[in-house]
Amino acid sequence: MQGSNKISRKLMFSGILVYLFLYIPLIILVVYSFNDSRVNVGWVGFTLKWYKILFNDSQLIHAAINSLIIALISSTVSVILGTLAGVALHKYKVPLLSTLIMIPVAAPELLVGVSLLLFFLLINFTLGMASIILAHTAFCLSFVTISVKTRMHGMDESLIDAARDLGASPARAFFSVLIPTILPGIIAGWLMAFTLSLDDFVITFFTAGVGATTLPLAIYSMLKMGVTPEVNAVSTVIILCTLILTSVAAKLSPQMFK
Amino acid sequence: MAILELKNIVKQFADYTAVDGVSLSIEQGEFFTLLGPSGCGKTTLLRMIAGFENPDSGQIILEGNDIQNLPPEKRPLHTVFQSYALFPHMTVRDNIAFPLKMAKLSPKDIIERVNQQIDSVQLNKFAERYPHELSGGQRQRVAIARSLVNRPKLLLLDEPLSALDARLREHMHVELVKMQEQSGVTFIYVTHDQSEALALSSRIAVMNHGIVEQLGAPREIYSYPKSYYVADFIGKCNLLNATVIEVLPSQYRIKVEDSFEILISNEGVEAKLGQEGWFAIRPEKIKANWDARTDEDVANFKSKVKGLYYYGDGTLYEFYMPNGRVIQCMLANSRAEQASFFNDGDEVYVTINPLAGSFLVN
Repeated sequence: MQGSNKISRKLMFSGILVYLFLYIPLIILVVYSFNDSRVNVGWVGFTLKWYKILFNDSQLIHAAINSLIIALISSTVSVILGTLAGVALHKYKVPLLSTLIMIPVAAPELLVGVSLLLFFLLINFTLGMASIILAHTAFCLSFVTISVKTRMHGMDESLIDAARDLGASPARAFFSVLIPTILPGIIAGWLMAFTLSLDDFVITFFTAGVGATTLPLAIYSMLKMGVTPEVNAVSTVIILCTLILTSVAAKLSPQMFK
Repeated sequence: MAILELKNIVKQFADYTAVDGVSLSIEQGEFFTLLGPSGCGKTTLLRMIAGFENPDSGQIILEGNDIQNLPPEKRPLHTVFQSYALFPHMTVRDNIAFPLKMAKLSPKDIIERVNQQIDSVQLNKFAERYPHELSGGQRQRVAIARSLVNRPKLLLLDEPLSALDARLREHMHVELVKMQEQSGVTFIYVTHDQSEALALSSRIAVMNHGIVEQLGAPREIYSYPKSYYVADFIGKCNLLNATVIEVLPSQYRIKVEDSFEILISNEGVEAKLGQEGWFAIRPEKIKANWDARTDEDVANFKSKVKGLYYYGDGTLYEFYMPNGRVIQCMLANSRAEQASFFNDGDEVYVTINPLAGSFLVN
């Protein structure tokens, strides 16, 4: 490596510190999920029993299935709506609307959660799976729209004209040329939405009601009874899923993660 | 019969008139060029022919049928875009097959026609590649091949060579003319590059501010520009202030830059005594010698060399005229050895043949 590409030692050192700060808690959490002790103090020995307990904990499994259903539906719905929104916002460039789509991303989650709760109460909507799905769709929509809009931005405007010119109807041009061209952005948006929905706690907390429990809510209630390594185990599984989905998203839409 | 007729096309955008009453008649098999600077309305006109914009008034008639209400996909013509607009998720083969698929040809016919087309533009080696794996010139060829594969009645080309470097551009000139001749398809070519227009076209429409300034064959446009704008835009041209000092039955006597008088045909020029205008003459049509010429009708004046620019194939001289203004003269370096005739400060005679120039009043 040459001159400007060479990272100075000081920079390297501080960079490593930052990454350690980010990842040491996660690493400890993962390591202790294999610890043969009821309390998270000191290493006793390697075991997989917490994972066994985890996979036999029907309440937790039920919550995980809920989470997956919610994530699947809300990310898919928000991908369809968000793709249309992203395409439209890119095409018509309405300044106010482009800003408004960013607000749910930037606004404090607490605020979004409370406002959704008040809204559901106002219209007498029963809190449960449906309300969680609607709430998740609402905030995932913004992420998908941004992802698609980013992708549209790098697209050659004349592609759609060319498709029409060569004999494609507007619908055909949309499905055979536009969608394939921005597909990486759509998939990245879908993966982001899925991950965000799976991990969400605050908004879910406000919109869940009594019947429906998601994985993050279930973990939180487990924590009230003290942190057992089972919590570590379930967190490790979630970290693994998030890691896989995020890296696939980053690979498909690199400009969003730069 | 004309293949395409444009009748009094007008197109206004929010704050300006892009096309202001253009009427053109384009013949079958022509290589027709719309030439003009950016913003002259040439691309808007092309987009209206393709169907991406609608004229505010006027008619677009293709083979006798008004196509104005047809959407782009229903018009039997194709466009080659400036950016090529190759579909990035399709291979060269799939790109070329696209218009045939849209026309719902049988899969067997599609394969056959695509193979033929790939052969004829020598893209065999690249058929399975994606557009991002091709060079600029190859993309260009794929774009044209794709547009010609289902034999459109017209091919519209929107500055197709502007993204290529100079050498490749020259090479593509040859290819374009070849493809046009082989396919027999009428080309309508949009460019701001006047030398490209001169080299390729059978006819050129020079556009400015939404109107056609002059329409004609390249030689006509170059040799007999009808307005100051055309003379200035196409090639190099001396545009000298001139005044009519005598009106004769078929000629005007004009005085140019208070430096010389010349007799010029009055064909196509309406002027009265005292009319002011410009005498337009190309630098390469001016001669310079060590001594005066005595031929009849030829204007002569004594001059001094202001400066010279050596271009290799020719040398561009700047001469002072008697009133102190400068006239440019291009002399070909066609002799076996000599590279430079005159030097700065040399006194020479500049000779101007009236047949080589024209008198412009607008």
